[in-house]
Amino acid sequence: MSTLWPRIEPLLAKVQKPARYIGCEDGATTPRHDKLDDGDTVAWLLAYPDTYEIGLPNQGLQILYEILNERDDAVAERTYAPWTDLLTEMRAAEVPLFSVDTHRSAADFDVLAFNLSSELVYTNVLEMIDLAGAPVHAADRGDDDLVVIVGGHAAFNPEPLADFIDAAVLGEGEEVVSEITEVLGEWKRSGRTDRVDMLRRLAQVPGVYVPSMYEVTYHDPTDDDPIGAVAAVTPRHPDVPPTVDKRTVADLGEWPYPKTPLVPLTEVVHDRLSVEVFRGCTRGCRFCQAGMITRPVRERPAEQVRTMVNDGLRRAGYDEVSLTSLSTADFSDIEPVVKGIIADNAAAENSCDTLTISLPSLRVDAFTVGLAGEVQTGRRSGLTFAPEGGSWRLRKVINKLITEEDLYGAVESAFSQGWSRMKLYFLTGLPTETDEDTLGIVELAANCVRIGKQYTNRASVTVSLGGFVPKAHTPFQWFGQNTHEELRRKIGLAKDAAKKAKGVQVKWHDAAATTAEGITSRGDRRIGAVIERVWRNGGLFQEWGEHFDLSLWTEAMDAEGLSLDWYVYRHRDEHEILPWEHLTAGLHKDFLWGDWQDSLAEAGVEDCRWTPCYDCGVCTGYGIEHVVASPIAPAGGSQGTGQDLSRGGEVPVEIMRRPTPAGAST
Amino acid sequence: MKLRCRSTKLGKVRFTSHRDAARIWERALRRAELPVAATEGFTPRPKISFGLALPTGAESIAEYVDIELREDAADVDLDALPERLSTALPTGFDVLVVAERHQGTASLQEAVTSVTWELWAPDLDRDAHIDACRLLDADVLELERERKGKRSVDDVRPMILEAQPTATDDRLVIRLATVGRALRPAEFARLAYPDLDPVLVRALRTHQWIDCDGQPEELLPLPAGLDARPVEVLA
Ligand code: B12
Ligand code: SF4
Repeated sequence: MSTLWPRIEPLLAKVQKPARYIGCEDGATTPRHDKLDDGDTVAWLLAYPDTYEIGLPNQGLQILYEILNERDDAVAERTYAPWTDLLTEMRAAEVPLFSVDTHRSAADFDVLAFNLSSELVYTNVLEMIDLAGAPVHAADRGDDDLVVIVGGHAAFNPEPLADFIDAAVLGEGEEVVSEITEVLGEWKRSGRTDRVDMLRRLAQVPGVYVPSMYEVTYHDPTDDDPIGAVAAVTPRHPDVPPTVDKRTVADLGEWPYPKTPLVPLTEVVHDRLSVEVFRGCTRGCRFCQAGMITRPVRERPAEQVRTMVNDGLRRAGYDEVSLTSLSTADFSDIEPVVKGIIADNAAAENSCDTLTISLPSLRVDAFTVGLAGEVQTGRRSGLTFAPEGGSWRLRKVINKLITEEDLYGAVESAFSQGWSRMKLYFLTGLPTETDEDTLGIVELAANCVRIGKQYTNRASVTVSLGGFVPKAHTPFQWFGQNTHEELRRKIGLAKDAAKKAKGVQVKWHDAAATTAEGITSRGDRRIGAVIERVWRNGGLFQEWGEHFDLSLWTEAMDAEGLSLDWYVYRHRDEHEILPWEHLTAGLHKDFLWGDWQDSLAEAGVEDCRWTPCYDCGVCTGYGIEHVVASPIAPAGGSQGTGQDLSRGGEVPVEIMRRPTPAGAST
Repeated sequence: MKLRCRSTKLGKVRFTSHRDAARIWERALRRAELPVAATEGFTPRPKISFGLALPTGAESIAEYVDIELREDAADVDLDALPERLSTALPTGFDVLVVAERHQGTASLQEAVTSVTWELWAPDLDRDAHIDACRLLDADVLELERERKGKRSVDDVRPMILEAQPTATDDRLVIRLATVGRALRPAEFARLAYPDLDPVLVRALRTHQWIDCDGQPEELLPLPAGLDARPVEVLA
């Protein structure tokens, strides 16, 4: 067991961006090799199936990396997908997948654990398993082979990967990685003999789904159902649970990770300190899988956010920190926290002149713009909002309850404070969408430009259009996705309209990839063969425009006798057993179906963080609750509450309070 | 106060680019809590400047950075600075010497007129290096190269100032001029070792020279007794 560095080094001289593969980050733990050599330690190779620049900033793997390395019985290193140039060199020189920490072969580890944050990376997962020297099919793996585990958002429908993975973890990994380590440690101590028995034990760990422990049967094809929907998913053993529930940490305050954030030596997409301020989101946007599967809201105590920011900046040397979450302006203590961070920096002996605080996922309102103004000290270049739908009607359908007045108010306040460029994000291909909604997008943008012109001649608005792909565990899981041809038509419509609207630019992604994403997002186990074909035919890095090739996917579907119409474009009905029905994020099927019906009736729901619970099933089912940093709703309020929270306000619901430091709230 | 630092780039970190190195330095200066001056304007940047870019993949024991401290800053202890900065920098980046840079000293880019490299590769032996030295006998050495998509053929002979094998014979020591369009070590390797893929030739920058009345003089010499030679970094 030793480093492959001498064999890797000459290859790195031949490839682009070799710094992707060297590791050496500050914050990287030097794994205790002695632990690795003692046969009982469980060695995890944490993998991100995309390039280093995209994978390194992922907080999920950084957190698990630290938690595992803190354990006496585990060791964790990291790996990322080698870019195609290095892949070619590695294949030619017979160099296997390696870790970037000590450049060890993947085969020296016990577990290869992937974070799946997008579906288009699945072919990279197969490539990395193969490069690691393990059989690609889980059924072919023997006692000495790696155990392949996946987690992350896309793992909530792992069925398309069922043939290739040993287990999938639903939900948050902080606690469950330790439980998995214990099962695997026991297996190693017993001489790694009975792999099937080990998998059966893993299947009993809450949150862990072992596909091979379940049998899936399908209906026979009929004229109405030419492919045959799932008939039943049955556990193969009595001790295997019929439904697998997600894992959720009750209190983010108990997990102040990463404590030693990784500081890469080369440029990555999110090149700054990230501090996660809360998990979960209860705005209830119906298209958003992330919001649905991460409920309830758990805010980090304000004081801990401040400490993590200050410590992190000092140790990393960054001059930028991003307060991450699904909607950071909703953090109930956001204003004092931001002011506190600025004050702490000013008071520091060596204050940083260039400190920037970035708040991703801005809410659309004037309060948020004020906040953005406070943190953006330098040049006010651009600001981004995401109304997502082009008309109020459509925004009610998707439950993104932003009124035109909200948007214009936010935009006006931004232009008046010196910003000159706005970016507006929209989805197209949403349920019930008409051409009127699509044209409404350009109209909204044109009105924003008009408002901006009152303040600056340079006012411009860029519309960014993304094609909507319905996801599992959301109210839109029953919706038939638009074809990419239809999406292209709608994008064309918006583009043409924008030609006549001065100051409005339209940017879009090619819609072809939405079809492939649709296949993998709501696919069942039969899609595994499609993914394998695409991979064998050279389809890697499918999330990269320069590598994506739709024909690989359509040809693979044809070859397997599967239809795009059935898998992607078809509406499902209430009684169909969905491929992920035995896996749950806690949301009742009744709730999701009801929300889908409400959506079609253009009825919105409120944000249950501040208003009474409507029993989606998560808190009630798991006995957990929203945890907020402050009992006072943030100024600007929350969507759909129907309450005037524009200046903040006491909220008439019972919430699990955390002690807030005196003076921390407005 | 203005400072000039001489530092290394050795081992795995040789694969970082010049741009990466600049960012690594910016962060390290903040981590070391050194009161670095900032530029004026909308987006203030720390006032630091780097010398000649080191090609990605090459190593060095002669990298230079100039740093300007805030005027109001208390005096810094120069003797403790190499250690303080090395701790803040990643492994492989070590600060060897720090000196005060006096008003009016030329900037790094302007001052340096030549640099010394050591070249080696597993497949290169004494004979190969001795052959390489014959390049000095040529009157003209034409090299076709590309920059920003434009091809050109240049006579690079005047850029090669010295060439001789090391005492141990396994490496070649060359001094190349840097005034005008510099000759990169990989370009030299193409001429010197035509049978070898130039990316396999390793390079270590050992000195950067300024011109002192026609004689090369080192920008910041290493203190006697300091061994900055690289050790092969494995795991
Ligand atoms: C930073 C960020 C980025 C960065 C860095 C991405 C990265 N590598 O993480 C960049 C800009 C590159 C990016 C890109 C994209 N992103 Co992004 N991103 C985020 C953001 C803001 C934070 C991600 C994060 O670190 N989360 C926090 C960590 C703690 O969560 P986590 O990674 O899920 O990990 C936890 C669990 O999932 C689990 N877990 C994860 N992996 C594993 C593995 C095992 C074995 C186990 C046991 C457990 C486990 O344990 C972890 C701890 O609890 C999130 C929003 C958010 N707040 O989550 C969006 C988000 C993840 N991104 C999203 C999207 C759509 C994208 C893009 C597809 C956008 C695009 N169209 O290009 C790309 C995809 C890039 C790629 N190939 O992966 C969506 C995902 C949608 C979904 N699936 O529901 C999110 C949720 C935002 C949103 N609301 O739309 N993103
Ligand atoms: S259970 Fe109630 S409070 Fe909890 S997320 Fe669902 S609706 Fe909101």
